[in-house]
Amino acid sequence: MADKKDKRDEFRDIDISDSGHAYENRQEIYYNDNVGGRAVFVDSKEQYEPDEPYNDEVFIPEKDRGKTPILQVKNLGIDFGGLTAVDNFNLTLGRTEIGGLIGPNGAGKTTIFNMLTKVYEPTRGEIFFDGKSTKGMNTVDINKAGMARTFQNIRLFDNLTVEENIKVALHHTTNYGLIDGMLHTPKYRHEEFRIRKEAMKYLKIFGMTKTADYKAGSLPYGAQRRLEIMRALATKPKLLLLDEPAAGMNPSETTELMDTIREIRDRFQIAVFLIEHDMSLVMGICEGIVVLNYGRVIAKGWPEEIQSNPKVIEAYLGKSRGKMKEEEEKEKADIEKAFRKGRLESAASGKPDRKESE
Amino acid sequence: MAERLLKNISTRGLKKTAKKGMQYRKEAMISYAILFIGYAVLQIGAMTGIVGRNLQGQFVPICVYVSLAISLNLVVGISGELSLGHAGFMAVGAFTGIIVMRVLEQYITIVPVRLIIALLVAAFVASIAGFIIGIPILSLRGDYLAIVTLAFGEIVRNFMNVLHFALDDKGHLKFAFNHTIEGITNEQRIITGAIGATGVTKTATFTYAMLLTAFTLFIVLNLKNSKQGRAIMAIRDNRIAGESIGLDVKKYKLIAFVVSAALAGMAGCMFGQNYSTLAPVKFNFNTSVLILVFVVLGGIGNIWGGMIAAALLTILPEAFRQFADYRMLTYAIVLILVMICTYNPAIKARIQNIWKKINPLKRKKDEGKKDKKKKSGKEAE
Repeated sequence: MADKKDKRDEFRDIDISDSGHAYENRQEIYYNDNVGGRAVFVDSKEQYEPDEPYNDEVFIPEKDRGKTPILQVKNLGIDFGGLTAVDNFNLTLGRTEIGGLIGPNGAGKTTIFNMLTKVYEPTRGEIFFDGKSTKGMNTVDINKAGMARTFQNIRLFDNLTVEENIKVALHHTTNYGLIDGMLHTPKYRHEEFRIRKEAMKYLKIFGMTKTADYKAGSLPYGAQRRLEIMRALATKPKLLLLDEPAAGMNPSETTELMDTIREIRDRFQIAVFLIEHDMSLVMGICEGIVVLNYGRVIAKGWPEEIQSNPKVIEAYLGKSRGKMKEEEEKEKADIEKAFRKGRLESAASGKPDRKESE
Repeated sequence: MAERLLKNISTRGLKKTAKKGMQYRKEAMISYAILFIGYAVLQIGAMTGIVGRNLQGQFVPICVYVSLAISLNLVVGISGELSLGHAGFMAVGAFTGIIVMRVLEQYITIVPVRLIIALLVAAFVASIAGFIIGIPILSLRGDYLAIVTLAFGEIVRNFMNVLHFALDDKGHLKFAFNHTIEGITNEQRIITGAIGATGVTKTATFTYAMLLTAFTLFIVLNLKNSKQGRAIMAIRDNRIAGESIGLDVKKYKLIAFVVSAALAGMAGCMFGQNYSTLAPVKFNFNTSVLILVFVVLGGIGNIWGGMIAAALLTILPEAFRQFADYRMLTYAIVLILVMICTYNPAIKARIQNIWKKINPLKRKKDEGKKDKKKKSGKEAE
């Protein structure tokens, strides 16, 4: 622990006031712990107090209040070895809400998705899906319970056709057994025709019926993204998790995607929770937004609030120089104060706790 | 809710698309055509005397190897796992079939009925073997799975080496493990340890074997184009995505493995009925590799390719028996050449160019396809 503190002091000693470069400013944030950058080397379990209680309905759109939230996450956290990737993540998502999860690269957004779908087992915390705890469930159970997801790096069944990709997702609603499948009984024929029709309907939502017979791997990038969303939708979820749905899309495709996501929500009456870097999409369709940095929630709220939140701006762009000077002066004043009071040791060994001083 | 939305979408355009996208139908047609033509050619050849005696003796093994190649393709090609113990399932089927045939001899005199019962029992026992071996190993992947299946094949063979079966005077089946059964005449023995099965009445004919191959092909092709087959292929393509849409990975891998084992057991049963004596040593590691070679040479996942490879690699060594000394040498060279030609992109492209020049019909088709793809790409964008 002592070493770590030394290291922290080292970084605090680096003078970066001259450089106005945003990247270097971000380094400073990383080792300053005012925006949650303490995840790496400070054991912060005791220090942390959740910003909002997990069941706070304030962050659900009005239309969803009073109903059981589709997703409630309470103090979720995961450690990889000694590294805390995500800590104290709280979330409440309404039944038909479109929620957004944003944050700089490496903030732990996909890790949260992986925990929700039980690709990773969370180290701490609880997840309530549709009012029930998901403890002990695996990825397959989670999907059967009604949570479907897409992936950041597209994961399609490349050697199957577009139509088959949807049909695979429909396999839980396809009612025939192995013997029917091997012998192609009338039951098989009936069911296959039914799910082919259904698959075509899904393809029609995204206007992809004409590519039904192409191998999924041979589709253009945007079409592959849409196919992945369709496939997730075909499992008939109550909650759709989209991991960067607009990545690699051009602006017009993104606008189209926004409309589609909204349409899916309105017509299927499901909740959507998405990770996205494209701010036009996030600000355009999300009703509630959570901002993550270094595995911690740094802000929560409506799009307008998030846009003007200084912590968020800091996380994305780094601190402004004026503010940094201000803070430094404050720090100096704190130290001087402490010095005067004869508490030099405590101030020099650790960083003064700003919350107390403020 | 979802149903209500889907109801509003018309499926008027469906018939068009449904007709077009029958790649499986194409594959099935090619496979059945190969089977039928092969049967017709060999049968006519045998009747007119063009096909020699030696080769006629290979008819049943050809069919058996073809159906083994088809069933192994289910594991290697469709499920994407390497299995090196296919001969083990074949051995289980062969010896089960021999015992069942011998026991039923006194009750059922009609050979085809007896054979069908033997095939079903062989399939059942082999599938149980597949299930028992499948449960622990399917949590393994890739090389590890291959190693365990290899060991399984060897275990089965060594197990057969110490098995003794016989029918006593009263017609009861007697069983002994690791020691000979006493008070039994040589004729009454069914399986005698390492010597294997003796005194088997040959019941397999070319037609029966061909029917079995057709059945195997029917099952595998149907399975491939069903809910289960799609799930198996989806897991092969992307395990994580498969789990995310709720596919039970172990269950579907096990289905592929067990069905493949059952079909191999049936093929083995037919194989056992083709020889008057059959030693367990026949089902050694080399046989497993031989079946795998059929699959790899025909193209992993390509069912009719595997069929052709199996037939050729069984016929050719027999046809060139006079060059037996050089057989393994040329075999190796041919294999290496084929591997190079199919995996080297430069050579592959050159072969394809030549093929296009020879085959103007195919060239036109390809161009048509490209145009269509371009169009659809534009529409998708």
